[in-house]
Amino acid sequence: MVVALNSVHWPVATVTPLFMSSIQTDEPRTALVAMHKISKAYPGCLANDAVNLMIHQGQIHALLGENGAGKSTLVKILYGLLQADSGYVEWQGARVSISSPAVARELGIALVFQHFSLFESLSVLENIALGMAVPATQNLKQNIIDVSQRYGLPLDPDRQVYTLSVGERQRIEIVRCLLQEPKLLIMDEPTSVLTPQEVNDLFVTLKRLASEGVAILYISHKLNEIKALCSEATILRGGKHVATADPQQRSTHELASLMMGDELLIPQRQEHAIEDSVLLQLNNVSRTTSEQHGVPLHNIELQVHAGEIVGIAGVAGNGQDELLQVISGEHRSSDADSVSINGEGVGVLAPGARRELGLCCVPEERLGHAAVPSMSLVENAFLTAHHRIPMRTAGLFSLKKSARFAEKVIEQFNVQCNGSGAVASSLSGGNLQKFIVGREIEQQPLVFVVSQPTWGVDAGAASAIHTALQQMASRGAAVLVISQDIDELMLISHRIAALCAGRLSNTYSTTSVSVQEVGVLMGGGSIADGAVA
Amino acid sequence: MISLQPRQQPSKLMGLLAPLLALLLTVLAGLVLFALLGVPVGQGFYAFFIEPVSSVYGLSELGVKAAPLIMIAVALSVGYRSNVWNIGAEGQLILGGICGGAVALYFYEVDAWYVLPLMMLSGVLGGMLWAAIPALLRTRFNANEILTSLMLTYIAALLLSLLVHGPLRDPDGFNFPESRLFHAAATLPNIMQGTRLHIGALVALLLVVVTWVLLSRTLLGFALKVNGQAPRAGQYAGFTQNRLIWFSLLYCGACAGLAGLFEVAGPIGQLLPTISPGYGFTAIIVAFLGRLHPVGVVFAGLVMALSYLGGESAQISLNLPVAVTGVFQGMLLFFLLAADVLIHYRLVWRRTGVAA
Repeated sequence: MVVALNSVHWPVATVTPLFMSSIQTDEPRTALVAMHKISKAYPGCLANDAVNLMIHQGQIHALLGENGAGKSTLVKILYGLLQADSGYVEWQGARVSISSPAVARELGIALVFQHFSLFESLSVLENIALGMAVPATQNLKQNIIDVSQRYGLPLDPDRQVYTLSVGERQRIEIVRCLLQEPKLLIMDEPTSVLTPQEVNDLFVTLKRLASEGVAILYISHKLNEIKALCSEATILRGGKHVATADPQQRSTHELASLMMGDELLIPQRQEHAIEDSVLLQLNNVSRTTSEQHGVPLHNIELQVHAGEIVGIAGVAGNGQDELLQVISGEHRSSDADSVSINGEGVGVLAPGARRELGLCCVPEERLGHAAVPSMSLVENAFLTAHHRIPMRTAGLFSLKKSARFAEKVIEQFNVQCNGSGAVASSLSGGNLQKFIVGREIEQQPLVFVVSQPTWGVDAGAASAIHTALQQMASRGAAVLVISQDIDELMLISHRIAALCAGRLSNTYSTTSVSVQEVGVLMGGGSIADGAVA
Repeated sequence: MISLQPRQQPSKLMGLLAPLLALLLTVLAGLVLFALLGVPVGQGFYAFFIEPVSSVYGLSELGVKAAPLIMIAVALSVGYRSNVWNIGAEGQLILGGICGGAVALYFYEVDAWYVLPLMMLSGVLGGMLWAAIPALLRTRFNANEILTSLMLTYIAALLLSLLVHGPLRDPDGFNFPESRLFHAAATLPNIMQGTRLHIGALVALLLVVVTWVLLSRTLLGFALKVNGQAPRAGQYAGFTQNRLIWFSLLYCGACAGLAGLFEVAGPIGQLLPTISPGYGFTAIIVAFLGRLHPVGVVFAGLVMALSYLGGESAQISLNLPVAVTGVFQGMLLFFLLAADVLIHYRLVWRRTGVAA
């Protein structure tokens, strides 16, 4: 992502006092790790510009910043995956050169990646053994089971990784790090795949680790989590260190505006008359899966009306992927009426035919599923939009027409990229997600189904996506949002249900259930029927 | 310790230059090889690279050798773009020769316009039939097409041998394992007087254009590319993977079969126990040397055709063994693959042990 440094306004005057927390309250003890004046440039982009970061033993330290702010680069330098162009790192007061992750691990640094580096064809146990460079023994297996139980991260060591959902894969990473008994644990957006109860459990775990003396560098864009957990926050914007603040003393809004540089638009749930017509109907959808550990779906019933946003909560790996495939047509049923769009049974139709009828879907995985990583944005626009947008001339692909559509999406959704010719993999996660969601929304679908719309997306992009979903519903489309982010669902959806082990709960009006109650549904429990909507 | 580190951004320019660099390195390594064999370097260079194309006849021979390579490589590149690894084009070529040649022998001495088109059709169908076997095995039983298509090549070669030793043997041929010479109506017209250059060269160019349009402008071509780069995105977009596998294999089978028919109905003029000097395998190198792009394949095809001619010339004028052709082709592929690795990765010399 290209960051236009000169166009960013730096509110220097408001930032200066914030440095006090690290300067004035600094205790005489040496920091566990101190990064000094770290700079790192990529072609066309200064990812880190003289960034300082200091973490003390037993401290939970937040690293805040939008996508492209340079958080990942800084973390990669700390973990030895990248080398800084200038600046240096001190570990317990001594200058170190972290030339590789092995060196970092040797020092006691562990990293839970946002994008997981796992071998798909190996088992959980083998992956953990590989990551720790130890043999995959029964002993290790028992350790995995112990740690995963102790920290509430259920994990079967013998399962093959390719059968696991995103959420389960993250658990492997967390468990792997905890097994190393690190001195510094870096967590990159760890809670996006957890239920509220699990988040609480994780926080308990993290606080326990901190009290045992482990320092934690916590990267997240969820400001309320940072307020609940962290005692100090380093805020990056556009590659620069803009502030070190105490999250306990700053309001969420202040933190957000430090991070974003301008006022944050927070969408409000829109209340409006929901029309009676059912645009998407799932009628007793069941499916078995051929994959060894796929989740079968059981008798799913769901109706989404025109003008309505329905949310489906649930922890990853409870049938979300399978459900989306049934709706999108990637998995077809022999019963035409199992899925209906605007009253028409489409269960046997292929994805293209369903799109022509007005159903657009966005799967969870951005690279490789929703978009082709090595293809340009123009080609990625053509990928799904050619059914509903004229993009061909005499049957042949028209670069001009496709580029026009891609550029419209880029403009409408403020996608930061190097033009419509940029390849999808060159975009940051948030910008690619904006492009993908925008690509489907600009097709003016009648029914829009999106899975994890804001996973790993920064706050600015997330609010833009939420606003776009609401606008689409207010135009009369039916919107179904499958998400693990319960706050997001409570914020934007009118009705909510939860998916657990391939079964869908009743749907409830979001105004009549609490986050805790939805959490119960996500765990497969039931709540009083009074609120059924 | 040397290790490979992925580059941040592979250079596009180097991607295009890599084949030229590989070619240059091949020539240099070839010259070193000549020197080691005691052949004067200048003479070796001339005999291998210049002499074969220093006359009009030489150039026409280049076209004769390049035509089947280009026809097959252009079709292979379609499959390779789509992650369908057909390496049995040689077998599909042989089947094309067998089926087309059988038609020629069936209509022996029948002097009619329809004989040649029937032979072509039969050759195409023969190649497609042979390619349909790995397609069926892959789509029905998920059997790896690399193995099945390669194994079928040996079956095809033995089948041809069986036929020319048996049912298709020339009755007046003193028991030599070869068929009758095809009659005039079953032989390809030459497009240049006094040479062996036949219409296969034009068909090859036509296939290049057709494939180029297919890959760059049609929905099918787009689907093939998406399937190769991100199969799940292809499913999401609604492309049916099995259909793409069938298409990739059948298209290649058809082109290879036609190339095989052109060989027997053109330069050879009859069925022999061996009808191809490994065109089907060499075409794999051609496809990659041409960066899986139809236009690149044309140039790559000409280069590889030169390696055949140069090899023959080196045998005659330098007394070098026939293996020299294979050595040059192998070196070229080796250098190309090495260049490709270095485009995506860089070499890093690392100290072992942990820095403190």
